[in-house]
Order: sequence, then structure tokens, then C-alpha cells
Amino acid sequence: MSELIIESGKSERQYWQDLWRYRELLYFLAWRDILVRYKQTVIGVAWAVIRPLLTMLVLTFVFNKLAGMKSGDVPYPILVFCGMLPWQFFANAFTESGNSLVSNAGMISKVYFPRLVVPISSVITSLVDFLISAVLMALMMIWYGYAPGPSILLLPLFLALAFATAFGAGLWVSALMVRYRDFRFILPFVVQFGLYISPVGFNSSVVDKEWRLLYSLNPMVGVIDGFRWAILGQQNLYWPGFAISVAGVALIIISGIWYFRSTEKTFADVI
Amino acid sequence: MSDSIISVENLSKCYRIGRMAAKGDGLRHVLESAVRAPFNWLRPEARAKRAKTEDFWAVRDLNLEIKRGEMLGIIGRNGAGKSTFLKLLSRITEPTTGRITLRGRVASLLEVGTGFHPELTGRENIYLNGAILGMSRVEIKRKFDEIVEFSEISKFLDTPVKRYSSGMYVRLAFAVAAHLEPEILIVDEVLAVGDAEFQKKCLGKMEDVSSKDGRTVLLVSHQMPVIQNLCTRCILMDRGRLVQEGPTHEIVGAYMSHGAVLAGEGLDNRSDRAGKGDVRVSAIHLRDARGNIIHEGISGQDTVLSFSYHVSDGVTLDNCLFSVEVCKDLQEYFSLSSALVDPRRMTLSGTGRIDFLIPKLPLAGGAYHVNIYVESDRIVQDHLNDAAIMEVINGDFFGTGKILPPGTRCNSVLVPHSWEQHADRA
Repeated sequence: MSELIIESGKSERQYWQDLWRYRELLYFLAWRDILVRYKQTVIGVAWAVIRPLLTMLVLTFVFNKLAGMKSGDVPYPILVFCGMLPWQFFANAFTESGNSLVSNAGMISKVYFPRLVVPISSVITSLVDFLISAVLMALMMIWYGYAPGPSILLLPLFLALAFATAFGAGLWVSALMVRYRDFRFILPFVVQFGLYISPVGFNSSVVDKEWRLLYSLNPMVGVIDGFRWAILGQQNLYWPGFAISVAGVALIIISGIWYFRSTEKTFADVI
Repeated sequence: MSDSIISVENLSKCYRIGRMAAKGDGLRHVLESAVRAPFNWLRPEARAKRAKTEDFWAVRDLNLEIKRGEMLGIIGRNGAGKSTFLKLLSRITEPTTGRITLRGRVASLLEVGTGFHPELTGRENIYLNGAILGMSRVEIKRKFDEIVEFSEISKFLDTPVKRYSSGMYVRLAFAVAAHLEPEILIVDEVLAVGDAEFQKKCLGKMEDVSSKDGRTVLLVSHQMPVIQNLCTRCILMDRGRLVQEGPTHEIVGAYMSHGAVLAGEGLDNRSDRAGKGDVRVSAIHLRDARGNIIHEGISGQDTVLSFSYHVSDGVTLDNCLFSVEVCKDLQEYFSLSSALVDPRRMTLSGTGRIDFLIPKLPLAGGAYHVNIYVESDRIVQDHLNDAAIMEVINGDFFGTGKILPPGTRCNSVLVPHSWEQHADRA
């Protein structure tokens, strides 16, 4: 007979078992968000195609045609799209998971489950849009006749890095937003600025050598560089910077889980 | 120890509340404003207020053993800590001190239709809601047909629930919940919704759950008939503490007379009231026709129900309305309303009292509950159920010197009447 003891601050051991037991809820929440996402829209899933395509056109126009940036022998639209792939995923996953706790407030105050389920399922939901964009990327590469090298096999590793970045940042913001709704306004700013301070519309090699290391403190620099390296296989990866980005991601996700776990037990009281 | 499925030891839950609102303001309001303005600490004047936070013990030193297969009723007025207790049992919130030992799988139903998504169809919501309540996909699939049949909405299974009527919504939501199979089921006042017939069906289902399958059920309800029908044992809570436990009839009786004790203390300390609070009823008295306070009403005497009020400083309220319900066993006998009988404009400020004159008090001997309701400009100002107990003793209502013979059921409304005989043949 299983015995469960509820006491102040004594839930840690139980927690990770529970998270495993509630994995089906994870699936159902992701399923719900995917089902709901394009309901009552006329063109439905086509939005997942139109949005990245238009963004790619604008960024190519601004950085390539207006600012006159070069991309070596890679077609500029492909360079841009290759950066947008992880960036869009991060932006979506971060926004969705950041808002996830507050938008599921009803459930949180009325039912028990490990709260980590909620932000995780939001990040998983964003993977669907990522997959659609990835297909788009493949079509574009065929169109331009650009074949990837063997390094593309390492792409899942960089995707995992993007996942970890979005998830870690999402944990922080979702937990903070439960108490401070100010983060609802901060979140779009981060995403908006992030697009310009991350090498989405341009190659990170345009940043001066002496600033490169500092620039890599933005973990998305490492993620995007990694994607470009894996898919385009052109220039070499800037390893010191990449290492810093990976360390940054590790820090975000570990601290994110810590903060989330330490505030989780009060969610139902303050949400 | 071994046959109890739930053991609760010294359980307490403390909320820290900011004391910025006026005295007597609802707890919910205080909590809400504390949550809504978290960056107040940046402002010095708000920080001064913050220093005045105080501890609010929603549940205090609770000790309880619940046996396997038992159906336990939890009663008490609003704010007694019943819902917090259920939240602690279902792990939604953590206790401040104390310990709960659960020896079985718990499912809690604190709200009907938690997690329903309006855009999804009935079918999709059954799966979603089931998963949220802790059912596995296989389990839901197995019970799917049973759930649909129970809910009586099979025709609308593929319609988004946002197009459902509220009755259909509740039926579907309850159908899912009714098919949970935990060892311990925790239910909070969810039977109050839905139409009477469906309610009955749900109650039947719950009874099956406990008697046939030997599962433990904890039930919170304000509807005494529901408690009396289902539960064998009850606990009574007041202000976070367990006041009394025992057989249902005993505890329900204690709860019904508990109101009298509270009424004696004056109404200012009651925290279970609703409304904006610019005006509060502070005391309720019975008076005789000359205005003297009396302790019991007498059937057939001209009687005054008098309400003392106080309005917040500097506030004047216009278009006010007072109304009163007189009830017994949660059944309303009659109500009085200032607007019904007299269209004059009522304006309130400062303190004072409103008297309702009831000629020839039409109640037989017994104890009655009084609910009060005050509004101004169509805004609810003060709403308090079970505000007072009105004791009535049998009197000469009919003016014949006769009172109801002993043994007649007391607690009823008396109606003036006469009789005539029309004999056709002597």
C-alpha cells in the first residue's frame, strides 16, 4: 500500500516520480495547445509558413540590400532562414512557456500536478512550428541547389541546446509572472530586442574579434552559430564563444529549475 | 491507525495578508489586492502598509482520522477553512505546519470542468479533463462510452463546448469526474450546480462509489439535505479549527444552532460576508411594537425586525435597498424588502437603523435563520447568510386563546383564516 506524507517542504523526493507519472498530462496539454492554436482561423496552419517566410524576406532586404552585408557563397536568404529557425523556435517557446502558468491559472488553483508539466508542454508545442519551418528550410535549400554537409547530423544537438535555452528562460519568466505580472510586458521586449542583438539577420562573424567573446554571452549566439555551422557547414565554429554560450545555457536552465521549484509550492496561493 | 486511510496531525495553514483595506473587508479582496500590486514595495507609503501584514490562519491545529470507505461531510460557514483543508489534502497548496498521511490515491474535484477548453469539442474535452483529473489515456478510452451516456450529450459530442448551454457543460464536466476511480475522492460543493434531476443522478453515483466500491469520500456542502443523505459522519469547522466531530445528525444540528452563538457576538467580526462594504449591518434585534428589544418573537404579536447599520466615514449612499430572508433548514419561508413595499428613496450615512414592521408575526414557535442583503445604486454592499437566529415562541396568533397543540410540527408559517359551514339540511 503506497503511503504519501504531506508535510511542509518535504515533497522533493516524490516530485520527480510524480513528474514521470504525469507524463500523459504533458502530452494532453501539448495536444490541446496544438489543436487550439489554429482554430477559427481561415488559413489555419498556413500561418506557420507565412510568418517565417515574410520575416525572412524583410530581414534579407534590410541586412543584405540596405545594409549591404555579405554572406560569402551562401545565398543570403538561406543564411537568414538558418538563423531564424532556432530564433523563431526560441521566441515562440519562450513566450508560450513564460505565459503558460498564468494562462493555466484555473487548473493550478484547483488541481494538483507537478507544475513543471505546464512550461514543458508549451515548449513542446512550439516544436511543431519549428518542424514546419524546418521543412520550409529544406525546400529552400533544394530551390537554391544548396546541399548540406555531413555536419547536419549534429543538428539535433543544437536543437537540444535551443530547447534548453527556451525552457530555462521560460521557467524563470513563468514563475516570476505568477507573482509579478509585470513580466507580461517585459517578455515581448526581450523577444523584440533579442531579434536584433542575436545574429539572426546577419552572420556573427561581422562582430569584431575583440567583442566576439562578450557577444557570446548571449546564449542564442551560440545556438544560432551552431545551427549555421551544422546546416551550411561553411565557416568554422568559433569555439571559445560557443563554449561560453553553452555554459550560459547550463546556468539558465539549472537556475531556472531551482527557482521554479523553490517558488512552485506557493503558486496556488498567489496566482 | 492501520484502518484509517487519511491521518491528519496538527495541520495548520497560514496566509500572510496585507492589512490595507478597511476593517471587515473580505479576505478575498485583501488577498487580491496583495497579489495585484506586488511592486508596491517600491513606493514608501505602500511599504509602510506592508509592514502591517498579519498572519491569517486558514486552518489551525487540525487533527483527524478518516477510515477506509467512510463518507465524511465537512460543514461550516464560508471562511471556516473547509476549502483550504481540501486544498491541503489534494496537495494544491502546502501546509505551514503539521502533517497529512494519505494511504491511497487521491482525486479531488474542487470545481466542475477544470481545464475545459471552450474551443475544443465535447469529445476532446473528455480526454483533456480526464487527464487533468489524473486518469490515464487507456482508462479514459475504456470509460468513454459510459461517460458520454451519463452526460446525456451524445448528440453534441463533436460540437465545441463554447456552444454548449451551461447545463450541458456542467453535465459533461460532472460525467467525467464521476468516473474517476481513486481510493479517496474529495468533492467541494460542486453538486450545487446543474439541474435538480442531474444532481440526483450524481448523488446516486457518489453513493455507489462509497458503498459498493468501498471508496472514501470527503464532501463539503452547504446543502444540509445532501450531507444528511450521504454522510454518516461529519466534522464542523469554524475559523480554521475543527469544532466538533460525530454522527451527521448531531453535527448538522450543532451547525444550525451555531449561528445563534455568532449572532450574539455582533456582526462586525463576521468574515463570511460579501459586498462592497460601504455600509455594514452591525447588529440585528427583535423589538416589540413600542421599540423595546426582545429576545424572542411571539406568534401573532406585532414585531419589529431591526437592523443597525454603519456607513463608512464621509460616505453617503443613495438608492439603498434592504432585504431580509427568513429561513428554516435552508429553506426560505418568506422575505421582506424595503423596495417592495415602499418606493421612497432611501439614503444612508453615518449610523442608524432600519426597522421592518411585521404585523402579527406569522411564524409558529421555533428557531429561524435570517439572511440579510443591502445594496445601493444596484451595487451589493452587504450580504450575509445566517446573520442571526430568530427565536419565536408560540403565541395567540389566531386571537382565540389557542396555540398550536403540542406535537404539531413547529417551525411553520401561520396563515390567518376562518371557516364557515354551509349546511344544506339540518
